[in-house]
Amino acid sequence: MQINEKNEFTPNIVAFCCNWCSYAGADLAGNNRLNYPADVKIIRVPCSCRVNPMFILRAFQKGADGVIICGCHPGDCHYTTGNYYARRRLTMLFSMLDFLGIDRGRTRVEWVSAAEGAKFAATMNDFVETVTNLGENKRLGDLRCRK
Amino acid sequence: MQEIMLERAAALLQDGTVNRVFGWQTGTFVYDITPSVFRSADELGHGFVYNDFCGNNLSKYLVRESKKEGKAAVFLKPCDTYSFNQLIKEHRILRGNVYVIGVPCSGKADIEKIKATGISGVTGITSDDENFAVDTIYGSQMVEKNEVLLERCKSCKSKKHVVYDELIGQEGEVQDAGRFDMVEKLEKMTSEERYAFWRGELSRCIRCNACRNVCPACTCEKCVFDNDDSGVAAKASADTFEENMYHIIRAFHVAGRCTDCGECSRVCPQNIPLHLLNRKGIRDINEYFGEFQAGEDSETLSPLTEFTKEDVEPGIVNTKGGM
Repeated sequence: MQINEKNEFTPNIVAFCCNWCSYAGADLAGNNRLNYPADVKIIRVPCSCRVNPMFILRAFQKGADGVIICGCHPGDCHYTTGNYYARRRLTMLFSMLDFLGIDRGRTRVEWVSAAEGAKFAATMNDFVETVTNLGENKRLGDLRCRK
Repeated sequence: MQEIMLERAAALLQDGTVNRVFGWQTGTFVYDITPSVFRSADELGHGFVYNDFCGNNLSKYLVRESKKEGKAAVFLKPCDTYSFNQLIKEHRILRGNVYVIGVPCSGKADIEKIKATGISGVTGITSDDENFAVDTIYGSQMVEKNEVLLERCKSCKSKKHVVYDELIGQEGEVQDAGRFDMVEKLEKMTSEERYAFWRGELSRCIRCNACRNVCPACTCEKCVFDNDDSGVAAKASADTFEENMYHIIRAFHVAGRCTDCGECSRVCPQNIPLHLLNRKGIRDINEYFGEFQAGEDSETLSPLTEFTKEDVEPGIVNTKGGM
């Protein structure tokens, strides 16, 4: 959570972006001067399949309000099948989070290719808006992990 | 039953088929069952026991033991054989070094529940189809089975041994006992209610790690939760997320491999219904990726190590159940 100068809540968003698609998509969004909120902190990963569920929970624990995972469209994985595995895993993880009563909407998976700069910006705008409406992440934070 | 088992174990040791036998032993009290290894007929005579308190799943011990010299015999109940099979699939047990003896099980008793009914001074237990006859120092008392069964035995998934070298008693059947009822009930709640339910349960967690240590699916040499640098390796102060994270990750790491043996709930000193998290995982797999029972055979790939091109998108969970 952050508080801006107007004393409003702005969320901390962590985006895990695949090096081969959405990370380049973010670059393209920048080159095209498309706006998306600065609250999104991008972490580059070699593949969406690299995202360990612990990464997501640790991000929340350390104060993220939302976590989004962006990977190549199914079928387009640089490593052929990584995102298919990621898709199954994240379905399981999100379902488990939902089962424990964590509010829906704080986690998301989007497939964004390197050519989809506009989609990247639109996705991030939408996600930031969703998380802003949900407000501060109280259920998943851990005081001991805050700096 | 105990006599037949004793006889077989002694015979196997005698003819040199195996050099040790894994079974159960009584502790200070008759209900303090401890997994134990017996090396001779003499040792078997002192303390080997098989009764309605023998809930312990012995398959996990074989991960280490099957790598030692000589063959080991092990007694496995129907649900234990699923765990055993799963460990064979994961190449954690050397099958050739283990002699599996299947033993029947009619549901194990939970001593805490027996005590809660007001029975004390327990000295023994026997059972028929409907009741447990609990012997106490004050005489014998009857309790209805359903009242004092271990939580996992109330919804037993199978009486069938999926793997064995030798079977004592009759071959059982796979059962359908509505083991997902509670999961479904929780799914229908609103997320507020679910959160309140799990905070109520998980905030009791003392992070003793017993659920991890006993779990036949948790056989990593080094566990992610043994990392002292994480800052969250020990018990959390009140109302933080740590217990949640531990239990989410624990359930996630065994998803697709959990055979639903229910040991996690049995050993929990705080009586947290941990098997519900595992059953949620099993239910999700059944629903999203097709029916799957871990440990049913030792060949099929686990659902999380394979995929289809038509899998559901993770967003589907937002469309399910109560908000």
